[in-house]
Amino acid sequence: MNPALPAAATRRPPWYLVLPAGAAAVGTVLPILYLILRALDAEPQQLATLILRSRNLVLFGNTIALTLGVLTACAVLALPLAWLTVRSDIKHKRLLTFMGVLPLAIPGYVMAYSLISLGGNYGFLARIFDWVVPRPRGYMGALAALTLYTYPYLFLNLRAAFLGLDPALEESSRSLGYTSMQTFLHVTLPHLKPAFLAGGVVISLYVLGDFGAVALMRFEVFSYAIYTQYSSAFNRVYAAWLSLMLLTMSLSVVLLEGRLLGRAKLARVATGVARKGRSVRLGWWRPATYLYLTLLFGASLGLPAVVLTYWLTLSPPSIEPLRFAGVFMRSAAASAPAAVVAGLFALPIAYIRIRYPSRISRTIERLSYVGYAIPPLALALAMVFFSLRSAPWLYQTLPLLVLAYSLNFLALAIGPIRSSLLQSSPRLEEAARSLGRTRFEAFVFTVLPSLRRGILAGMVLVFVIAMKELPITFLLAPTGYLTLSVSVFGRTSEALLAEAAPYAAAIVVFSSLFVGLMLKYEGRH
Amino acid sequence: MRFTIKPVSAMRLMSALLLISVVSVSGHAGGRAEQGPQFTLYSGRGESLVAPLIEEFEQETGIRVNVRYGGTAELAVLLQEEGDRSPADLFWGQDAGALGALSLSGFLQQLPAGITSGLPEIYRADGGTWVATSGRSRVLAYSPERVSSQEMPASVLDLTNERYAGRVGWSPTNGSFQAFVTAMRVELGEDATRDWLTAMRNNNAQAYRNNTALIEAIGAGEIDFALTNNYYLGRFLANDPDFPGAQTTFEAGDIGNLVNVASIGMLRTARNSEAALSFVRFLLDRNAQEYFTNEVNEYPVREDVEPNPTLARFEELLEISPIVDLDLLEDLEGTLQLLQETDLL
Repeated sequence: MNPALPAAATRRPPWYLVLPAGAAAVGTVLPILYLILRALDAEPQQLATLILRSRNLVLFGNTIALTLGVLTACAVLALPLAWLTVRSDIKHKRLLTFMGVLPLAIPGYVMAYSLISLGGNYGFLARIFDWVVPRPRGYMGALAALTLYTYPYLFLNLRAAFLGLDPALEESSRSLGYTSMQTFLHVTLPHLKPAFLAGGVVISLYVLGDFGAVALMRFEVFSYAIYTQYSSAFNRVYAAWLSLMLLTMSLSVVLLEGRLLGRAKLARVATGVARKGRSVRLGWWRPATYLYLTLLFGASLGLPAVVLTYWLTLSPPSIEPLRFAGVFMRSAAASAPAAVVAGLFALPIAYIRIRYPSRISRTIERLSYVGYAIPPLALALAMVFFSLRSAPWLYQTLPLLVLAYSLNFLALAIGPIRSSLLQSSPRLEEAARSLGRTRFEAFVFTVLPSLRRGILAGMVLVFVIAMKELPITFLLAPTGYLTLSVSVFGRTSEALLAEAAPYAAAIVVFSSLFVGLMLKYEGRH
Repeated sequence: MRFTIKPVSAMRLMSALLLISVVSVSGHAGGRAEQGPQFTLYSGRGESLVAPLIEEFEQETGIRVNVRYGGTAELAVLLQEEGDRSPADLFWGQDAGALGALSLSGFLQQLPAGITSGLPEIYRADGGTWVATSGRSRVLAYSPERVSSQEMPASVLDLTNERYAGRVGWSPTNGSFQAFVTAMRVELGEDATRDWLTAMRNNNAQAYRNNTALIEAIGAGEIDFALTNNYYLGRFLANDPDFPGAQTTFEAGDIGNLVNVASIGMLRTARNSEAALSFVRFLLDRNAQEYFTNEVNEYPVREDVEPNPTLARFEELLEISPIVDLDLLEDLEGTLQLLQETDLL
């Protein structure tokens, strides 16, 4: 019997879980409906030229190459870091973990911009060391920027997998005479597969949808073409077709993950408590490790920090503290409820998916992942379209903005909750039931407490990402509702970098604070 | 054991998130009913530049302005999606193209005749559905280190010459550039424009995301020339007087010297036209015009306001810029189609 299932797996899930999960699913379908509606506006003749453009093929190839490249590079960066922070005898593991997650707090355009401003005749290197290197651009530039701020997704997943891995397995392998390399390749790595897939799917969807870094690096992929269509064209039809093509790609990624994951059963089946593995001594590898860490954090954290500081020193920013505080509070006041709502949607979706697996629960979960890959502009326009037609009183209010954020970032909240669920045993719940508790009571008193960490991690992720969000905020925030990200954009797009710096710095500092808090509580085993 | 995670601390963080949520939602629930005259402005112009002006207007008139800031094109798309239900009264865009396209699809209403009278010809739209609030000219930015005076092109059309191969930057996705292409179609015709675009592409013109990126690329040494707007370089020089860039114009009357405009128009569905119109008048007034030229490095639309000393004199601007009827710049769609045909978009 699959240990993840309750005794009567065929039972239907309770209504109070189905309802929010179903609502979220409907929410993610809305933008797709909207895109189809817009796409159908096309005139047949125009359509043929748009779809059969040879340029689409180029975009397609670029998008795939970039996604695969970022996945590979993320794996190369994240795997050693995850191993070091769990298995090695390196010091300051907590701090290293924090630094490994921190790039999530950095807005993509700040990261890409930092890389760009390194090189060139008038870049940092040229001005400080008189050292002219070409500015990163195109494929390599986009690859570097995206990798540096998405690898934490994979790192978090791999780290969790290392923490949950039963050391008994590896010890058995070693005792059977395999070398540590063979053990790693044939025993450890296969057990990391679900973590690779979970992190990989989020990263792929992110790369498919990201616009900031590719635009700065001048690498043309689907998301860039979509943005260009919306932003220069008033041609919502071609944009809708491109978006639908992109969604097809996202859906393929999600389905592929499902297939690759297969029926792998990697949970510990033994009773008793998993021991913590013994720390591996780094020995002669220590210098190489330090070099790796220096390069990794120098690029992913040091660079953006230097650039932000440089902007701050360009001219002493004249900021009215009250105004700044207002902008800051508005950002927080939109992102925090979004985090909570996303958590409330994600919990039932993940729970039903794991405890009541069925075609429907799988579909709901996949839809929420696809929601993550819907171009934000399309999602926002869909919200405009539907709210004006069905609930005009909701239009341009904070609740609608919060709802749009939470639907867009739902997938981020589901991941950690799902991992916690997989690690918690359904037997506790069954025990509670057998002691006469109702299903609801059993859920609240046994399931919820064990998911606390996962829920919190998911909500913090959504919060941090929502703080940086731009296009949805532009279109859906209440009129006059200026947030940090809008303030940064308004200034950088007018080449007012010094004025933008305090707002960008506020996003980074505040988000890091939350990432730090999350890890602090997560670390308390 | 796993269960020993300190529940109190995690709960505290979670309740912090919840608390912010409750406060924010309840704080917003009652805040909608506003007293007194007000109107809603969708502004494609950046907040940092225009907010001081709007505040001044509010203090002067007691009219409250609800502003939604965003990209010019995004807001234009939003207005189209909102249709008749739009809460907006005014739309203020970075370029004539966005306003023109909205006007063409019937989203804007006629402004009172008195508003545009007295403005120079290059700033007037005959249709009268929108009005220029400031002017900016297209210029050729260049690197003084890598470009000699003999190399300066006389016309924007010369940039297809082999000697400029790979050295010129442009921004086909940018609104000001697209307005320039539209003007070129009006002046030189469809075929000549297509030929120029194709020749530029074949001459390996480098595409950048926007005007800021173009100036940066000159500084970085990636390109030697850039087709851009007049006021961006000024902002770089304000931050850093040593920035290695300069700019110039083409010969008098060349299409490359096009004067483009930031402009404002009133929505057909506007519900607060009186208050909105008083804002339009305020923007065309001396005071606001002086602000645009002195603080934002743009050209005033009134001849009686002296342009910022770093800009060309008004008469000089009128002399070198081609006279292109702003109304003809409405055909953004044709330009976009041309850019798609030439694989630039």
